[in-house]
Amino acid sequence: MAGFDWIVPVILTMITAATPLVFAGIGELITEKSGVLNLGVEGMMLVGAVTGFITATVTGNYFLAVLAAAFAGSVMAFLFGVLTLSLMANQVATGLALTLFGVGLSALMGQEFVGMPVDPLDKLYISGLTDIPYIGPIIFGQDGLVYLSFAVVAAVSWFLYKTKAGLILRAVGDSHDAAHSIGYSVIGIRYLAVMFGGAMSGIGGAYLSLAYTPMWAENMTAGRGWIALALIVFATWKPGLVLIGAYMFGGITILQLHAQAAGLDVPSQVLSMLPYVATVLVLVLISKDQSRIRKHAPACIGKIFHPAA
Amino acid sequence: MLLKIEKRSESSRVMVYMTPIIALVLTVLCSTVLFTLLGVSPVEALNTFFIQPLDSRYDLSELFVKATPLMLIAIGLSVGFKANVWNIGAEGQLTMGAIVGSSLFIYFHDIDSVFLLPAMILLGAIGGAAWAAIPAFLKTRFNANEILTSLMLVYVAILFLSVLVHGPWRDPDGFNFPESRTFSDSADMPILVAGTRMHFGTLLALLAVLGTWIMMAKTLVGFQIKVIGSAPTAGGYAGFSQKKIIWFTLLFGGALAGVAGLSEVAGPIDQIIPTISPGYGFTAIIVAFLGRLHPVGIFFASLLMALTYLGGETAQISLGLPVAVTGVFQGMVLFFLLASDVLVNYRFRLNIGRKAVS
Repeated sequence: MAGFDWIVPVILTMITAATPLVFAGIGELITEKSGVLNLGVEGMMLVGAVTGFITATVTGNYFLAVLAAAFAGSVMAFLFGVLTLSLMANQVATGLALTLFGVGLSALMGQEFVGMPVDPLDKLYISGLTDIPYIGPIIFGQDGLVYLSFAVVAAVSWFLYKTKAGLILRAVGDSHDAAHSIGYSVIGIRYLAVMFGGAMSGIGGAYLSLAYTPMWAENMTAGRGWIALALIVFATWKPGLVLIGAYMFGGITILQLHAQAAGLDVPSQVLSMLPYVATVLVLVLISKDQSRIRKHAPACIGKIFHPAA
Repeated sequence: MLLKIEKRSESSRVMVYMTPIIALVLTVLCSTVLFTLLGVSPVEALNTFFIQPLDSRYDLSELFVKATPLMLIAIGLSVGFKANVWNIGAEGQLTMGAIVGSSLFIYFHDIDSVFLLPAMILLGAIGGAAWAAIPAFLKTRFNANEILTSLMLVYVAILFLSVLVHGPWRDPDGFNFPESRTFSDSADMPILVAGTRMHFGTLLALLAVLGTWIMMAKTLVGFQIKVIGSAPTAGGYAGFSQKKIIWFTLLFGGALAGVAGLSEVAGPIDQIIPTISPGYGFTAIIVAFLGRLHPVGIFFASLLMALTYLGGETAQISLGLPVAVTGVFQGMVLFFLLASDVLVNYRFRLNIGRKAVS
């Protein structure tokens, strides 16, 4: 079995590469299910990453760091909400603005922390279980956020399809006028959904700066926020598929690390292109079938709601 | 609610022109808070940001150097935005324009001809347009979202540039630095004003602004873009092809971004290096919106955004402020602009008193 020793490290790095995408993707899924398209995921992730990193270095408390990252992400999302929900600004333009603002803000906040080392998140260790060959480190040797990411996907799935609140959220996303006339607060529900999305993006960003590469660097998300947006289209707005898609992209992202270790003679930059090229290919394959997109996409996505009354 | 937002029966012309000014005032107000937080006197900071960079003739010329790529890209993007085609990958198109355009010099660097630079500019436009053609094709053929595809291609283009400068395009006499050879005189953008860095690209940018203005106001294509953008169904009944407009606007924006990229590497940079743009392709999005997608507006907005780059540099040197302040600044402008845009189509009404009557 010695020939398969490489498989465990590969799966372990795949998990760390996928986890930020799971968080950002599942958060944005809820946002989009409520009928709002927030293109600011990248910006929220960056602000989350830097906030988490600063909190971790200053306090040394990782629980607090993740909490702060979630809070920072949701504050950013709240700003987006004020503009698009209360002031009825164009969602596409505002999302772009949120990303541009987040890039600048995170660089400003983190400038004194660039290159500072921080201990990576603690990993679970259960004597006996974690020592099981192969599956032990994979199933019982992860950090808390990995387990949390699975829990969140399960919870979101349950929430959307098994609870009344989830049904209301989907109703708001599919027909805001109908939901409004029954008496639901469309704007209020959307605020909550948008802020949940921001919190999850913030945690996804913090995973990058606290676990994936435990450090802060400007623009360290490198387009993952945008990949997360593509992931939702790929997943046709289904939580389970977001998880699977994130792991696929995680696998592609880590190809570059392992292909180089394996001695593949290709410039490293070419391998770094893979996740972006893959995103484009996936979008093409999925979008080709418009009827499938139309069937699953929230009907009101991106539309501005202004109660006539 | 105490404050009610009410739809205007007609959108306000006054507000269309007022909101950029409101946005700027709010940005300045907010940044005084930011500067205070950073421990710098706001008055001094604003002076360094907005007044000092305009001190001398040379400084003014630098303003145009920075505004040139912004103007070129923003005017190109504005045409797409008008038609609701969201090309946000201009940074990649700029990079590809720079690569394709300068390939002529890299491979034939001995050529000494007056036709070298014009050919490079043309190739730059082709390179940028070709890169934008990918999202156009994927959008029209497979309906793939152009926002995501154009943005993904930014990363691919920048990585491709990195492959080139770290490999085949590296200067053979360059001590292994990731830089190409410096451009020869016949590949350089001519300088417009002696003693400055203001180059021929600025003229191209002004031409592009003027040309686009005429195109949008006087030609059928311009009319079709406006109709498709504001009333796609009406455009459909009039027989205007949405696909044609998607192709046209993406190629147009890509070509101008490509020219911007080429004019940067053949102008102020003078060689191919790993980073050829401090994010002009993204800042140009802000410029386009701040300029109300109108050529005249874009002209002024690009000067203003250029000023934030210069101001950021000055503030870094004289006040020790991080360069990132520029990014925050630019982001804030766009935020406040989008926020105050509500005033164009809606008005605020106070609800006090009237409630008591009814």
